[in-house]
Amino acid sequence: MSVVDVREAITRAHREQWARVVAALTRRFGDLDIAEEAAAEAFATAVERWPGDGVPPNPGAWLTTTANRKAIDRIRRENKRDDKQKEAQLLYDGVPPEPLGAIDDERLRLIFTCCHPALAMQTRVALTLRMVGGLTVPEIARAFLVQETAMGQRITRAKAKIKAARIPYRVPSTEDLPARVSGVLAVLFLVFNEGYLATGSGTDPVRHDLTAEAIRLSRLIHALMPDDGEVTGLLALMLLTEARRTARVSASGELVPLHEQDRGAWDTALIAEGHRLVRERLATGVAPGRYQLLAAINAVHTFARDVRDTDWSQVVALYDQLVRLDPAPIVALNRAIAVAELDGPEVALAAVDRLEHHLVDYHAYHATRAELLRRLGRSQRSRAAYDRAIELAGNTAETAYLTRRRDQLK
Amino acid sequence: MQYLVSVIDDKTNSATPSELGAIDAFNDRLRAEGHWVFAGGLAAPSTATVIDSRGGEALFTDGPFLESKEYLAGFWIIEAPDLDVALRLAAAGSKHCNRKVEVRPFL
Repeated sequence: MSVVDVREAITRAHREQWARVVAALTRRFGDLDIAEEAAAEAFATAVERWPGDGVPPNPGAWLTTTANRKAIDRIRRENKRDDKQKEAQLLYDGVPPEPLGAIDDERLRLIFTCCHPALAMQTRVALTLRMVGGLTVPEIARAFLVQETAMGQRITRAKAKIKAARIPYRVPSTEDLPARVSGVLAVLFLVFNEGYLATGSGTDPVRHDLTAEAIRLSRLIHALMPDDGEVTGLLALMLLTEARRTARVSASGELVPLHEQDRGAWDTALIAEGHRLVRERLATGVAPGRYQLLAAINAVHTFARDVRDTDWSQVVALYDQLVRLDPAPIVALNRAIAVAELDGPEVALAAVDRLEHHLVDYHAYHATRAELLRRLGRSQRSRAAYDRAIELAGNTAETAYLTRRRDQLK
Repeated sequence: MQYLVSVIDDKTNSATPSELGAIDAFNDRLRAEGHWVFAGGLAAPSTATVIDSRGGEALFTDGPFLESKEYLAGFWIIEAPDLDVALRLAAAGSKHCNRKVEVRPFL
């Protein structure tokens, strides 16, 4: 086996096995910290040994066994002065061997623990990317523009809280499940959005590493909970958004809005998969939740081969449903953008202006107003709105687009 | 596993009769379900005395060690197998006493 083959095998094993190894060890030793460290050591050992010894026939089992040994070594080191009894306990793995299928539930436990509502949102994101996603602390720190030491401390504190406050390592009870699932989805959506519309002047406008990781984790959760409508909805939403990624930023690094995108550049495989998931949810006849509605809206957009073929009345109808579920001003703003296509910019502008009180510091509010005012020929007021939007926008591609639009005004 | 559920308030002994009734009902539930360890309400922070004997002789200071607008007005100590159960009980406790509460595990 060539060096490249071994390296690929290690990368694949990391992608496929990391969460399984961490989950299995957390289950056995009841300690995230030990599980994380032992898993990292096991992968480091693989990097050392596989090139010489060859890739083992079952990499997952090899990694789990190696990580188990590393964990026991660590506990022995720490218990050196302790009585022999604790050591005796280690030799017997009190947990009965899990049937193969149940290992997947281990990963689900891990996800729910990392996304526990007693942890701050940013902490949940960091912990999920580390424990489930297998990203390193420097990688996570870079992704969120945080100092490495600060990110390390955040994760360490979270692990200490989980242990001290005894945040349970299990899938929540039926009564807690819907709220807890939506907590997990919120974490994944945040990761995806940060990748999709990255903030910060020094970063790429689209962070493919983050969108890809969010999709990978959503696929995992979808595989573990295939009947949950919102899980399916979020995955579909991400796929249909990701499908347009390459068409969304021009070669010169400028944001390309939906109506100007080269639809031939969209990823047809991702779109087909997203559409299939949306249809699957429609077929259940169960009332859709927020992510399912957002996915359905994106399905309508990606269904149109030309922007002029967009079924705007369908888009507005879906937004009407969404507003009933989620009366947030941002939802109303997006609805107004669709209304402009259906009923004209005048009607839309009136709806947008009603949101001023809530959205006065939100760049998209001013960008939307600027666009509507431009279409109504009110150049001066449009320019002022573009100015404000540019001031508030945090994404470099978006700033470039808004600046060009403003400078096109007569 | 035991947890301290602190009741946070900006007044002391301010529970209305209906709140007191709700607290009693919640306490009965804690006892019936085996979560009860101890509970009590506290007098105002202004009644506190801070004592420091680290220098050999006891030094008394009038008032609480930390002045704040909101403070510990009462507490429960509950027995719960994990934080999920503790949080669910604390959520019910907050509703019954109509105050904000904080959950903190014992070591």
